Amino acid sequence: MAERLEAKHRGGTALAARKVEYGDNDDPEEICFQRDWTDGLPVTPPTDVRVLRMLSGTKRRPDETIGKIPPYLADCTIEKVAINAVLAGCRPEYMPVLLAALEAALEPVFTWHGVLATTYFSSPIIIVNGPVAKRIEMNSGINALGQGNRANATIGRALNLIVQNVGGGRPGEADRATLGAPSKYTLCFAEDESDPEWEPLSVSRGFPRGASTVTLFQGHGVEAVVDQKSRTPEGLSRSIGSSLVKIGHTRLTQSARAVFVLSPEHYAIYREAGWDRKRIERALYEATIRPGREILAGADGIGEGVPASRADEMVPKFHEDGLMVVRAGGKAGLFSAILPGWLAGRNRLELQPVTKQIRE
Amino acid sequence: MTTWLRDPTAETSSLKRARRAPPASLAGLTVGLFDIGKTRSDEFFNQVEKRFVERGLKVKRYGKPTNSKVATPENVQKVADEADVVVIGLSD
Repeated sequence: MAERLEAKHRGGTALAARKVEYGDNDDPEEICFQRDWTDGLPVTPPTDVRVLRMLSGTKRRPDETIGKIPPYLADCTIEKVAINAVLAGCRPEYMPVLLAALEAALEPVFTWHGVLATTYFSSPIIIVNGPVAKRIEMNSGINALGQGNRANATIGRALNLIVQNVGGGRPGEADRATLGAPSKYTLCFAEDESDPEWEPLSVSRGFPRGASTVTLFQGHGVEAVVDQKSRTPEGLSRSIGSSLVKIGHTRLTQSARAVFVLSPEHYAIYREAGWDRKRIERALYEATIRPGREILAGADGIGEGVPASRADEMVPKFHEDGLMVVRAGGKAGLFSAILPGWLAGRNRLELQPVTKQIRE
Repeated sequence: MTTWLRDPTAETSSLKRARRAPPASLAGLTVGLFDIGKTRSDEFFNQVEKRFVERGLKVKRYGKPTNSKVATPENVQKVADEADVVVIGLSD
């Protein structure tokens, strides 16, 4: 109501973005399609009232510039973020999460331009930790990587709409994805922090317990890992490792990171054995080290692989910090999931996941 | 009633002017006939002009030399200044 009065009283002067006028016979949702503001799904038309309401979700000034959005390095104000958040269907209380995600994406080491422009499948994957996830009712449980939760669906969508609308990164233009992935619409979820013994992803990345954070990862999803029979943490780790080595190509090594989404039933096997995050991540790393001679280029007529000079080496699939384990999922199902990273990480330091604290 | 949405882009593309409502009647208006430069367009427009004049309308002819190039802004501006409505035509 307050936003409605403000919009009416100030006659549209409260906002700086230009007005796109339409008449009585026009359908505003269709105008959004005609002007190429959508990701292919219908969006919420950004009226003054909705944009003002969205801006009420942050204390930051609408005219503050948050950064330059790739690929065309356009200045992006908080107001433009809010307009795209309206398009995506966000609620105002999601704004601090979206703004933190945007700041993470703008860190040079996130290489957002490359993630957008690549022929590969990747886009930003958003993982939320801390009390904000509960406050905005994010899903970390059953179907956490799927549809049905507004915050999960729209925060990720808003970030992708910003790179499209503000940055100009449109599919088939600067976005050169050969096939793309459904995760380019949105892939955003919260970590399950219900077990006090589990070290949350945010804490493993240097933030205090109780802090709300977003972690952005360059990847796509989802690849299934099924093991309904292993009952020891050692066996389960080797089993998961046999799936992890396949990302990209089974013979490609040290070129991609991965997020491993550990489901409750798989986690129970580790927990009962007293394994913590560090031990699980180390075991998975070791389970993906293979003799070079088993993955040689040219063997069986397959061109991919490591050069013959590495035949006697033990070759890791990942860099030592290349795996991030995140807990999520419903209580039933001995399935976990891999979110494979962008195959551009030959230089470990060139691109990295980024974690930012959420300022509320 | 005219209302608006807020532009979510970086505003680097042109903003289309809202389309003017079509006139209820052509009485007293100047009709522009704009020949885009395709072969035999003049024959087509000669017939159109004849019909409009028979109905008592004022007609002005415009055009550009070739269909392979867009109209210059000056050319378009001249039409906008002098005509109330315009028929843009092609032919082959």
